[in-house]
Amino acid sequence: MIEVKKLNKRFKNLHVLKDVDLKVQKGEVVVIIGPSGSGKSTLLRCLNLLEVPESGDVIFEGIKINDKDVDINKIRQKMGMVFQSFNLFPNMTVLENITISPIKLKKKPTEEANRTALDLLRRVGLGDKANYYPSKLSGGQKQRVAIARALAMEPDVMLFDEPTSALDPEMVKEVLTVMKELAYDGMTMVIVTHEMNFAKEVGDRIIFMDGGKIVEEGSPDDIFTSPKSERLREFLSHF
Amino acid sequence: MNFDFLTKYYSFFIQGTKFTVFIAFFSVILGIIFGTILSLMRISNNKILKVVSTSYIEFMRGTPLLVQLFIIYYGLDFSNLIGGSFGDIASGIVTLSLNSAAYVAEIIRSGIQSVDKGQMEAARSLGMTYKMAMRYVIYPQAFKNILPALVNEFIVVIKESSIVSIIGIHELMYNADTVRGVTFRPFEPLIIAAIIYFILTTSLSRLLGNLERRLKLSD
Ligand SMILES: Nc1ncnc2c1ncn2[C@@H]1O[C@H](COP(=O)(O)OP(=O)(O)OP(=O)(O)O)[C@@H](O)[C@H]1O
Ligand SMILES: [Mg+2]
Repeated sequence: MIEVKKLNKRFKNLHVLKDVDLKVQKGEVVVIIGPSGSGKSTLLRCLNLLEVPESGDVIFEGIKINDKDVDINKIRQKMGMVFQSFNLFPNMTVLENITISPIKLKKKPTEEANRTALDLLRRVGLGDKANYYPSKLSGGQKQRVAIARALAMEPDVMLFDEPTSALDPEMVKEVLTVMKELAYDGMTMVIVTHEMNFAKEVGDRIIFMDGGKIVEEGSPDDIFTSPKSERLREFLSHF
Repeated sequence: MNFDFLTKYYSFFIQGTKFTVFIAFFSVILGIIFGTILSLMRISNNKILKVVSTSYIEFMRGTPLLVQLFIIYYGLDFSNLIGGSFGDIASGIVTLSLNSAAYVAEIIRSGIQSVDKGQMEAARSLGMTYKMAMRYVIYPQAFKNILPALVNEFIVVIKESSIVSIIGIHELMYNADTVRGVTFRPFEPLIIAAIIYFILTTSLSRLLGNLERRLKLSD
């Protein structure tokens, strides 16, 4: 579904991604781990072109999306993204946060969009919060709304960039539970996280990045019980 | 101190105050219109528009208001163009609004910039175009930062409008000075003027406080 070939990205003189190759199959849950600054977020953000790669291909559903004549806005509608800092729109209610893009981009009738949004909110356990403003929600609740907002566009893949890193420990679980359910429902997911137990449990494939490269990848078993590279062993010893 | 002159000359202060409010109000309104245009020029993709607006803003902020007033008063000579005192008023309002526009443009720019950049990313990640993201996500949030700052700009313009007394516009400062001249009292008329300016600006900042509290509530 997603294929990345020889991807390179530089910030000024800093070479952040070096010839990265990556494939994500439909229905697969790929978890990216690695030390801080290794390029995980940058790789993820290159997938929906929030970060523009300097060279290489990003192919999504057979289309090379880092081409000039591709309408990236149409592509992004099929790729949901969840951020570490939630980024809910504070000027809208929870319901409006979720319905704005289906209404404005997919021209869905408001009533239908509202119904779908309420279903999604119930799914993430927030059926009673539709008319709240984001500022009235806890971090865990905000992140679940953010997930519902992304799901409202009926994406083919969901990208998560450390979705629980900004949360208090007691709220991490409620967000991970929602993500687990998504994974079991067959959603294709690419997740950057520091939650190793979660990675082990839901990941179909784990990717270990260091210094802008994919150093090692494999099943959770390969990665967590028999890591090959010294760098991965060292990284895992911190957990 | 002796304020007896007020019984005879109070209408000077009332007229002057009315005129000051009138001049400041229209200068701010025009300033907001010019300032919005300037800030749109500044964020546009057109290099020439960008350079023009940026230089304009820097020039207006980097030169004294009095110099700007004289340039417009003597240089453009509105009084010859549209006649007498009406032309003088036009010079005053045009100067104040052209000057205020530069500050308003800065207020708008920083209001937009202060919106967290994650907001734009989230909007774009959903598939919104840049324009839609600005319209539905960025501008409404920026507006909350901009509105109080515009009220503050109104306060600034009220104070600075006293400078147009120099070109003979009969606003509060000019009238106070006239009363000083005819009564031979050096302090009192000016103190009255100061108090009136103070009442105007403090009531506006009260309003500003209310406004800010209300905008916070809906957050
Ligand atoms: N917009 C940017 N401008 C300049 N440098 C950047 C930018 N974004 C990231 N970097 C740098 O690129 C490198 C990789 O960053 P990236 O955010 O991808 O790392 P990461 O693996 O996600 O780290 P973390 O676990 O801390 O989130 C870092 O050194 C970072 O400082
Ligand atoms: Mg990161």
